[in-house]
This record gives sequence, C-alpha cells and structure tokens, in this order.
Amino acid sequence: MDLAFSKEEIAFREEVRVFFKDNVPPDTRRKLQEGRHLSKDEMVTWWRILNKKGWGVSHWPKEYGGTGWSSVQHYIFNEELQMHPAPAPLAFGVSMVGPVIYTFGNEAQKKQYLPRIANVDDWWCQGFSEPGSGSDLASLKTKAERRGDKYIINGQKTWTTLAQHADMIFCLCRTDNNAKKQMGISFIVFDMKSKGITVRPIETIDGGHEVNEVFFDDVEVPVENLIGEENKGWDYAKFLLGNERTGIARVGVSKERLRRIKELASKVESNGKPVLEDQGFREKLAACEIELKALELTQLRVVADEGKHGKGKPNPASSVLKIKGSEIQQTTTELLMEVIGPFAAPYDEHGDDGSNEAMDWTAQIAPSYFNNRKVSIYGGSNEIQRNIITKAVLGL
Amino acid sequence: MDFDLSEEQRLLKESVDGLLNDSYDFEARKKYRTEKGGWSKTVWGKLAEQGLLGLPFSEEDGGFGAGAVETAIVMEAMGKALVLEPYLATVVIAGGFLRHGGSAEQKAAHIPGIIDGSKTFAFAQLEKNSRYDLSDVATTAKKKGAGWVIDGEKFVVINGENADTLIVTARTSGARRDKSGIGVFLVPANAKGIGRKGYPTQDGLHAADITLTGVEVGAEAAIGDPENALELIERVVDDARTAMCAEAVGAMDESLKSTVEYLKTRKQFGVAIGTFQTLQHRAADMFVAVEQARSMSMFATMAADFDNAKERATAVAAAKVQIGKSLKFVGQQSIQLHGGIGMTQEAKIGHYFKRLTMIENSFGDTDYHLRRVTDAGGLI
Repeated sequence: MDLAFSKEEIAFREEVRVFFKDNVPPDTRRKLQEGRHLSKDEMVTWWRILNKKGWGVSHWPKEYGGTGWSSVQHYIFNEELQMHPAPAPLAFGVSMVGPVIYTFGNEAQKKQYLPRIANVDDWWCQGFSEPGSGSDLASLKTKAERRGDKYIINGQKTWTTLAQHADMIFCLCRTDNNAKKQMGISFIVFDMKSKGITVRPIETIDGGHEVNEVFFDDVEVPVENLIGEENKGWDYAKFLLGNERTGIARVGVSKERLRRIKELASKVESNGKPVLEDQGFREKLAACEIELKALELTQLRVVADEGKHGKGKPNPASSVLKIKGSEIQQTTTELLMEVIGPFAAPYDEHGDDGSNEAMDWTAQIAPSYFNNRKVSIYGGSNEIQRNIITKAVLGL
Repeated sequence: MDFDLSEEQRLLKESVDGLLNDSYDFEARKKYRTEKGGWSKTVWGKLAEQGLLGLPFSEEDGGFGAGAVETAIVMEAMGKALVLEPYLATVVIAGGFLRHGGSAEQKAAHIPGIIDGSKTFAFAQLEKNSRYDLSDVATTAKKKGAGWVIDGEKFVVINGENADTLIVTARTSGARRDKSGIGVFLVPANAKGIGRKGYPTQDGLHAADITLTGVEVGAEAAIGDPENALELIERVVDDARTAMCAEAVGAMDESLKSTVEYLKTRKQFGVAIGTFQTLQHRAADMFVAVEQARSMSMFATMAADFDNAKERATAVAAAKVQIGKSLKFVGQQSIQLHGGIGMTQEAKIGHYFKRLTMIENSFGDTDYHLRRVTDAGGLI
C-alpha cells in the first residue's frame, strides 16, 4: 500500500495544471467559481481548445482520438479540471453516446459521429427519461415504428438537459411492444432539427433553464440511425450508465467549492468577526472535509483497482461514489447558504443564462443550493444506487 | 499509488485469519473470558509462535521490521474475531514506546519478553479528570537520587490487572495541564506501592484502576526524555488510534456480514426480511459507512509514513472521526436489523456493538478528534 503518486504522475498533474492555467478563458473560470451559468459559446469555445490539445475525449480508445492515459492519469486530469475549475467535456457526447457508438456502432457511424462529438460540432442530448419512466426507465413508451427505410418516432422525453442547445439526440425508443419491457427497446440517434420535434423548457426551482421536455410527433428517422441491433437498446443503455464511474464522485468540484466557502466565509462577518472564525462553522467545515477525504480515498481505491485489474465489469463501489459524492456536493451548497445568511434572499428575476453580469454573487448562492438537490436524483437516484448495492454487493 | 497488499502482507493476512478462524469462534471466546485475567494464554502463545507479537520490532531487536500496514492487518482480523488478548496494550502501545523512545538497554530488557509471549504490558495513562487530553497529567514523578518516586491514580487501564509491566505517564514538572514536564516510565506491576483493582469492561475485556503511592523506580525506568515526553506519547497514541481504526473496520465488516446473513434467513410475513426495501436500504447505507471507514483507516495507516508530524496527526484524527461516525451507525443498525435477538447476550452481534462503542470512547471520541482536525485548519 502506498498513497504517493509516482514522479511521472506528479509531472503529469503539473502539465495539466499549467495547461488549464494558460488556456481556460479567465471569464469562464470566474463564472464557474461564482456558480454562474455559462453560455453555449463559452462552453463550446473551451471544449474546442481542449480538443485541439488532444484531451477532448481523453478516455476514448486511441484509434478514435483518446489519449491512452492510465486510470490514475484520468483521475488526475478530472480532479485538476474540476478544481481549476473548467467545464467538464459535454457528458452526453463524450461520456455517453460516444462510447456506445465506438463499441456498438458500425464503421460508417463511427466515421460520421465520433470526430464531430470530439470537436462538439454536434451538441448531443439524452432522450432517456419520460414523464412516466424515471427510475423505472425500462417502462418507456416513446415508439419507433419501422416503415420502409425509416423509423417513425412518436412520444415524449423529459428532463432533457440543455436540449435547447442540442443538434443531435440519442434516444431509447420502443421497437417491440410484445417483448418483455427491457427487450423491446432500441438505441436510435437523430437530428434535433428533424420535422416534428418540439422542445419546451422546464423552469427548475432555482429559476434556471437546464432541462426540457422534448416531444416527437411523427419524426422521420433513417433506419441507418439505429445503433447496434434493434431491440438491444437496453443493453447499450446499461453499458452507457455503467461507463461513467470515477468521475461521478466529483471530488474536485467539492474541493473547489470548499475553497470558495473559505474565501467567502473570511469576508462575511458574524458577531463582529469573519464567519470562518466561528468555531461551530469551522467544525462543520472540517466534518465536510473529512467526509470528502474519505470519498477521495474510496475513489482512489476504485481507480487503483481499475488500473491494476482492468475496467472489467462496472464496479458496484461506483454506487458508493454516487451516494457520498452527491451528499457532499449538497453539503457544500448548504455551507454556502450558512455563510451568506440573510443575504441569500434577494432574487434576480432576470435569471442567469451566462450573460447577466449585473447579477450579484450573493444572488447565486440560494439558486445553487436549490439546484444541487438534483444531484441525488439524476444519474440513477441515490435510492436506485442503494438498490444496486443491495443486489450487486450484499446479494439481498 | 497502490491499495493492494504485497505478497508478504497477503500471506500474513491469511495466516492471522487462519489462526483466528481455528481458535477464536464465539464459543471459544466465551471460554477465554473465564480464564484468569480474562483472556487465553494458549492463544497468546499461538500468536507468539506465529511471530505476530514480534511484527513491528526491528530485526536487530528480534522482530520482523513490519510497518503500520501489517499492524492494521492483524488488528482488522482481531476486530473480526473480537479478540480479548492484550495485543494493543502490549505490542502496539508498549512496543511503540520502546520502538520510538526506548534506549538500547530498555529494548533489550523488554522486547524479547513481548516477542516470546512471556510478558504483557498495560498503558496507565487515563486519570480521573484527564478525559482525552494526553497532556492533562496530575500523577507526579519526583526525582529521588538517580531515580524517581511516582504518586498518583490511573483509571481504566486495559490489561492493568494482568500486566507484568505498566507504562505510566507522570508529571516531572509544571502544572497539571502543561505540555512540558511529562515523562513516561516503565514500572514493574508488582512494585511496592502499587494497588490494582481489576474489573471487566463493557466489551468483555479487563481493566484496572491503579494507585501509585510512593512507587520508587530507577533512572532506567524513564522512556525518552522524562521532562518532555508528550510528543512521544502523542506519537504512540496515534499509532494506537490507527490500530483501533483497523480493528473497528474488522468489527464493522463482520457486523455487516452477520446482519446481511440474518436478513437472508430470518422470515416474517412468509418471506425473508431482506426482501423489504426499508431494510435493504439500511444495509446499503451500512455498506457505504463501512467502505468510507475502510478508506480512512487505510489513510491513517499510510499516514504513519508521513514525514510531517502535524499532517500525520491530523490524518489519524480525521480517520477516528470517520470511524466514529461509521461505527455508531453500523453498530446501532446491526442491532436494529437483528431485532429482538440483537438485544441478547447470546447473539454475537451485540458484542460487536459493545466493542465498537468502547473504541469510540477510547483515546478521543468523534467530537474530540473533529476539534483536532478543526484546530489543525482542516484537511483539504
């Protein structure tokens, strides 16, 4: 057992850190530090810088543009990215549909989609959840009927993150009504500009617009847009969801937020001295840091294990990372609320789409707290993660 | 970065697990508790035979030169088996004082007896009002000729009734809570002026309250600097805390296993109670708590090699916080999920709960260590 990183790994961390310092646009960094939203342009600009460097799709196989980094290097890269902070690569393209395409897609699909995902020439969104299918995803009803060389798609998706920016969608659609619910699902990709698609914004409790409802009304999709085999979509979806493991804990995000908490708590006064000097607050902060350290170590155990024994099957420990990671993220936003105290109240009704510079930093704290309730719900709610532990680890 | 055991460490784990599997089932443990002193000389002999009592000592002192990882392996196994024998007091604590602070003569006089299993030790540190503060020492050691005269009272000294030698903290100068002026002394347990009142502890171990009245020891009794041994004491106690974290992980791991087994076999309403989601999720949360505790136990263990003493101490304190939180949840929920049977002395699960609870209240509880981490300026 050894906690230390190797010389090469330490040098790699320095290389990554310097690259971020020199290349992340300062405004992008500042907005993230302040908990503001970014505009589409700001995100895409950064991702293209990253892709030009060759780090846009770092975990893909080398032949498709990946880096061939070790598990530990990926860990370091993600941590530095989150701590800088800089926007993470667009998960829907890079972490989700990309791996499905290079694993199950045909040569034409790989050639057509992968480079455009890497350079964010296409902004992808995810068509999984439906109004009646959340945790019970396999009950989804959106239908794709085969008619000649086309699928005709009808139905509705929801919680579609940043669909307002999207060029493409990957969608789970029912292609066989008679099969057992998991067996009749197909994985189909299509253009968001197709006729018959309506995107309607959902305003979340923080006043933000991240998620949408997406309606399909006789949308025509060429059959060559099916990925893999018809009715095997559930397998690909499970592959996709199990693929994202060690990033899920978001240790770097929480570290950066703790830095921010300390920065703000040293400026805001309570009883005539900075909140940061309040013993009760300091102990809460320390408790959160200990939880985070434990999570970081748990994550490193998974990373080291993958590095040594290969990725293999999805590691059920990733459910621990998801549960604790989301809880700690939420705790950090609670601590920010505690720092700001009564000045959490003012609400800026112009909202924040990345352009509202007049918005005071204090106005970001409460929305961020409200918004972060999502992290224990999305990506398989924490209750679903407990189901996974129950079955896969405890054998109950 | 590596979290795997080396080949030698893996073999060590197999051999400890094997030994305890063979000689330490719950029925055997009950029998050991009734033996003189409350633990088994036979088991202690077996631990000596397998070299486990000599693990941390250097090869020149007759040991194996093993590190914190090896101690953690042994302690985790002992946590699983709820071992009663005084490994912590003798090998980890007394051994720690001798290794980190002992003179060549002290090592030669005491280490062989530890390694061959003929001698056990006890750490007489706690006082009526000292609670978890290691620098709060009212017991005095006054210079007399070349030696010392020790007076004071020590409490809840684990293995205090049976130990051949006591390791006593005593104040050589200054006021009760001064950080300087504290010494550590090796005192033969049968020395004139020592009174020992033994009793069982909640978790099935044995302890003693000890009075020292005009106890005379020679100059050779002082370990390290008798005027300034607090740093040494903190170092050794941190080793003990780290070892207890590993022990707690073993006990939690076994509690969870036993609880999951119970959920699979106990039937109510015509089905195994493990089919109820409420209970499944509780067990899943226990798993999360155990894994977080395991991570921090590893962290503390690996921190033993940190060069920076302050960082090392903070790492250990942080681990004790996490272990404290986890053990309370796992211990309490193990009883809850076992239902009525968990309330009985007859079932093993309650004994894990009791041992875990006593670990929480040893060498600083969760609040105490959270304050230590806070005062150190945090961890991130």
